[in-house]
Formats: sequence, structure tokens, C-alpha cells
Amino acid sequence: MSVITIERKVLEKNDEIADQNRALLKRHGILAINLVSSPGAGKTSLVERTLEGLGKRLKVGVIEGDVQTDLDARRVERYGVPVVQIVTNGGCHLEAKLVQDALSQIELRDLDLLIIENVGNLVCPANYDLGEAMKAVVLSTAEGDDKPLKYPGMLRNASVVILNKIDLLPYLNCNLAELKSNALQINSRLEVFETSCTTSAGIPRWCDWLMTKGARKP
Amino acid sequence: MHELSIAQNIVDIIRQYVPDTQGPDVRLVRIKVGRMSGVVADSLDFCFGAIVHGTALSEARLDIEETPLESHCGGCGNTFAVEGACFQCPKCGSGEIQVVSGTELQVVEIELSDRQAGVL
Repeated sequence: MSVITIERKVLEKNDEIADQNRALLKRHGILAINLVSSPGAGKTSLVERTLEGLGKRLKVGVIEGDVQTDLDARRVERYGVPVVQIVTNGGCHLEAKLVQDALSQIELRDLDLLIIENVGNLVCPANYDLGEAMKAVVLSTAEGDDKPLKYPGMLRNASVVILNKIDLLPYLNCNLAELKSNALQINSRLEVFETSCTTSAGIPRWCDWLMTKGARKP
Repeated sequence: MHELSIAQNIVDIIRQYVPDTQGPDVRLVRIKVGRMSGVVADSLDFCFGAIVHGTALSEARLDIEETPLESHCGGCGNTFAVEGACFQCPKCGSGEIQVVSGTELQVVEIELSDRQAGVL
């Protein structure tokens, strides 16, 4: 019997491509955000409100990831920004190679901010680096205040959590303070935002924060 | 549920060490799967078996070491096992902690049969 020592990360190929993506985005001075959530938490609505809220302050590009259909890309393209739809055909997450291919279809030169909307899933996307600067997790109040505790992997890997659908709080058995505290218990460094994509509450603060992170290159 | 593509990645890595033409020589593939790696060990085992079935790697089986979730506290230096979903230092209560183990997903080593090792 002989043994060959390997000691390599299973996802090393993905990580290599992610690093290439990151280098490309850095070269163009683009802040890339990997937007993740469970299905229906409001990622696409948040992209729409963000585009409205930022107006012309930042030049934004969007990559939409979906298991099926280009419905989200069609929603987003109404805002006049460059958008590429990735259809994973059943795949439960985006991978760096898919994003690399999508990046080749966008004129990066003028962009300040790239929003990558991942497939709705709080498990698998946690482990796939796409080359983003940060992951932002959208958690909706309708999912319950214990949600963060069920998905520690995702929240540990994220820099931002956006507690969405706060307009629904009067109708839900969800304690916003508890939701926030559960998220911070998993990751005390999370930047927390509270938003409603229906009333646009909290969107200005979110957009102002994006401005500080992705401000136009000189 | 992406264990199938993870299994394929593992096969791709093994193939860089043992090319397909050398026959069913790989007996065992040792891998580390962290508790917070997002991968279900049983599911990965099943997918790996399905992927190598009928190929030169059909004799290979996975030996999966599941690693616990451990963190290091930036506040007091304590290293501790994370219980449940509480990512706070049990000693000083700080949330400034770094996960040091439990997120890995790694091919550690492979064992080859004696034929491959030149004994036969």
C-alpha cells in the first residue's frame, strides 16, 4: 500500500477563478457585492430600490443568478443598467466560472458597483467565493426571527445583513430586535440594515453606505 | 444540495495524481469535511459512489473525517468548540472570534492498492 499526500481544497478551482474575478474587478475599481438570501426574501426588490436610491450617484452593473427564467434580469433592465442573467438550470448556487463568463459580457470600464444576485439559497452559496468584496445577506422578517441561527455558515461569511420587509412587522410573529441580536450572535461584525422594499424605508441609509464603500473612482 | 459537483471536484483532483489509464488503483480517498462546510458527509459519500461507478475509480471509497467547529477568541485568546449557533467566547463573552476549524473541505490523501504501489 502506498499513500499520496494531497492536502488540497476541494473547491480550489473555484477559488482560483474567484481570485481572477476579484483582480479584474479591483483593476476597474469596482465594488462587487454578492447578494444572498432564501428564495423570496426580496433580493431583486432590493436591487430595484437600490438602483432607484442611488440614481446616478454610482454606475451599477447587475448579474442575476436564477435556477430558471430571466424574469429578474427583465425587472432590473428597466432601470437602464447593464444586466446579465445567469440561468443555472437547477444548480443551487453561482460559481466563480459562471460569474467570470458573465463579467466578459459587461463593459466594466465605467462601473463603480457590481451587484451579483445569487440563487435563492442560504446554504450552498456560502461556500462559493465569486470574487466579491463582500457577501450581503437579505433576511426577511416573514422568515422569522430565529432564521440567522439556522444558517450560521452564511452569516459568518457575510459582512452585511439586510433585515427586509420591516413594513410587515405588525402582521408577523417576528421580533426585530431578536432577529438582529440573533444575527449578531453569529457574527458580531455584521453591518445591519433594516429595510422595506415596499415603502423604501431604510433604503436611503443603505444607499448612503454603499456610496461610502463604492464611491466613484477618481 | 451540491454534493454531486463536490464529488466531481474530488475526482478531478485525484485524476491529477492518478491518471485514468492506470486502472482501478485508488483504494481510499481521505477527505476532511468541516461541520460548517455546507456539505453533508453521507450525501457526499453517496454522490462519490455514484460518480465513480463503472469508472477506473470504482474501487475507491471515501474516508470522511468530520472536523468540529472551533473558534479562537480575539479578546482573551481562548480556543473553544462552538456549540449550537453561539459564536461568542464562553469565557469572556466576546463576539470577536475567528473560526479556526470546521469550515474545511479538503482532499487529504489517497491510498493506492499494492498493484499500483509496485508490490504485485
